[in-house]
Amino acid sequence: MSSYQDLEIKAREIRKLVIKSIYEAGSGHPAGSLGASDLIAAFYFKILNHKPTEPNWPERDRFILSNGHICPALYAALSLSGYFPVLEMNNLRKFGSGLQGHPHRGKLPGVETTSGPLGSGLAQAVGIALAARIDKKDFRVYCLTSDGEHDSGNHWEAVMVAAKYKLNNLTLLIDRNKIQLSGNTEEIMPLEPLSLKYKSFNFNVLEIDGHNFDEIIDSVYKAKNYKDGPTVIIANTIPGKGVSFMEGKWEWHGKAPSKDEFEAAMAELEGGN
Amino acid sequence: MPEEIANSNQITKSIRDGFGEGLVEAAKNNKEIVVLTADLEESTRVSGFAKEFPERFFEVGVAEQALVTIASGVANYGKIAVATSFSVFVPGRCLEQIRTTIAINNLPVVLVGSHGGFSAGADGVTHQALEDIAITRSLPNMTVVAPADFYEAKKAIISLLNLKTPSYLRLERDASPFLTEESSSFEVGKARVLKEARDPQITFFGYGSILSEVMRAALELENSGIETRVVNVSTIKPLDEEEIIHSARVSKCLVSVEVHQKAGGLGSAIAEVLASNFAVPLEIVAVDDSFGESGKRDELLKKHHLTSSDIKERAMLALQRKSEHILVQ
Repeated sequence: MSSYQDLEIKAREIRKLVIKSIYEAGSGHPAGSLGASDLIAAFYFKILNHKPTEPNWPERDRFILSNGHICPALYAALSLSGYFPVLEMNNLRKFGSGLQGHPHRGKLPGVETTSGPLGSGLAQAVGIALAARIDKKDFRVYCLTSDGEHDSGNHWEAVMVAAKYKLNNLTLLIDRNKIQLSGNTEEIMPLEPLSLKYKSFNFNVLEIDGHNFDEIIDSVYKAKNYKDGPTVIIANTIPGKGVSFMEGKWEWHGKAPSKDEFEAAMAELEGGN
Repeated sequence: MPEEIANSNQITKSIRDGFGEGLVEAAKNNKEIVVLTADLEESTRVSGFAKEFPERFFEVGVAEQALVTIASGVANYGKIAVATSFSVFVPGRCLEQIRTTIAINNLPVVLVGSHGGFSAGADGVTHQALEDIAITRSLPNMTVVAPADFYEAKKAIISLLNLKTPSYLRLERDASPFLTEESSSFEVGKARVLKEARDPQITFFGYGSILSEVMRAALELENSGIETRVVNVSTIKPLDEEEIIHSARVSKCLVSVEVHQKAGGLGSAIAEVLASNFAVPLEIVAVDDSFGESGKRDELLKKHHLTSSDIKERAMLALQRKSEHILVQ
C-alpha cells in the first residue's frame, strides 16, 4: 500500500486520458504510455519544481521526454497540471492541434523539446545540464528514456559525456518495460546486464519498481543527493499497466484500441482501485 | 582591385583561421556563447576559444551525433551553441539529429563544418565534403553560409552567432587568397559583387575559395573583350534572390561554380530562382555526380573540371547558348 494515494489517483486519470485520446485519434502508443504513467504522475505532481502557469520559468526543473511516442501520458500530465485545458486531449494527433503525434517544441506549453526519433533525449538533457552548470543553476535535469532506445549509439555517446563531466544535476530514468516496437527487448537487441553497463560507464545506478511511488520518490531523492556524477534510475515497469489485456504485450506498442477494447479498458480503469 | 585579387595568391590566410579569430572576438563580448567539438579542437580552430574560455568549452569525443544533440540542449537552455567538426561528419553523420533537435526546435546552434570541398585533398574521398550544402540547405529554419576567405569567415561567424537561429557554416582548411578586405561589409543573406562591369555579358556566381579561380577566369575573359561580373554568394540559404534575378536581367547569361556536387548545390538553388522568375542560360560548374580521391586540391580541381580554364570554357558555352537563345527569341 503506497503512502501516495493522491498520486495513484493522478496516475489513473493519466491512464484514462491516454486510452481515451489514443482511441479518439485512432492511432498512438498505448503500452509505453500506460507503463510510464506512474513515473510521469510522480514527476509532475510531486517531484518537479515547475510552474504550469509559467512554462518557461527559467528556474524550472527540466523534464526531457526522449521516447516521444509515449507523449499521450506526458500531455495528460501537463493538462492535469494546468498547462492547457484537459479538453485539448481530445485533439491528440489531429490537424492544427498542439498535441502532435510526437512532441513538437513550441506547439504546446510544457513540451521541452521535439522528440520521437529515439536515442537523442539524453544528449539534449546533457546539454541543458552542462549549460545550467555554467550559470550555477540549482534546477535538476531529468530525462525519461525507453529501454528500446538503448540500442542507439547516440544515447551511449551521451552517457559517456554525462559521466565525463560528472553531471550530478542530471538524472536519467529508464522505463524498463522490456518491449520495443517489434518484439521483446532481449530478443530484438539484448540490453542485460543493463545496470552493470551503467556502473561500468561510471553512473550511480538505482533500480526500482516503476509502479511504486515510494520507490520512485525515494530514488529521485537519492539521485539528488549523489554528488559524484549522474544517476540512472532503472524503473522496472509493465507495459500497458492498468489495462489487463494490454499488460506485457509488445503488440500494444503502437496501435489504438477498437471500440470494444476502448470500452473494456475504460471500465477497468474506472473501476480499478 | 580585381586584378590584385586574381594575382594575390601569395598573400593568404585560411578560412578556418578566420572563423577561429571571429569566434574568440564574439565570445569576448557575449558570455552566452558555448563551443563544443568532436575531437577536432585544433583542426576546426577552436583552440583559441578553449584556451580563453575553458568553462564554456566541451569536448565530446569522436561522437558527432552527441555533438549536435548536446549542442541542441545547450541552446535549448538559452545559450548560443557552436558545434564544430569536419563538413563530411557535420551534417553527414548526424542529419536526423540536426533536423529534429536543432532545425525543428529552431534553436541557436551554429554547426561548423571545416575542410569543405576538396580542402582535405590528401585524406581522400571519405574526408571530402561534397554534399554538405545540399543537405543543410534542404532543412527549414537553417541558414547556410560558406565564406570566401579569412575576412569573410571572421565576419560570418560573428553574424551567425547574432542570428539566434540554426545555421551551418562551411569552412576550408588551407590558406587561400583574400577575395575581400577587412573593411568589406558582410551581411547574412546578401550576395556581394566582387567584380562589376558596365555592360556585363555574363555573371559568375560562387562561394568559398574557388572564387579565386572564378576571378581568374572572369579577368581573362575580360581581357579578350567579354565584360564579366563576379558575385560572391557566401549565403547559399537564404539565397539573395534579388541579386540572382538582377544578374539574370543585366547579363542574361550565368555561370555558377562550386566545389560540391551539382545536385542540390548553389547551381541548383540559382536554377530554382531562375525557373520561376527569369530563365536565362546557366552553366553549373560543380562536381558532376562523382566522388573524389586522394590528391592535392589543384589536382582534384583539374580532374573535376573546376579550374579557371574549365570555368572559362563553360562560360563560352553559356555565351553560345545565350546567343542561340536570343536568336530564337
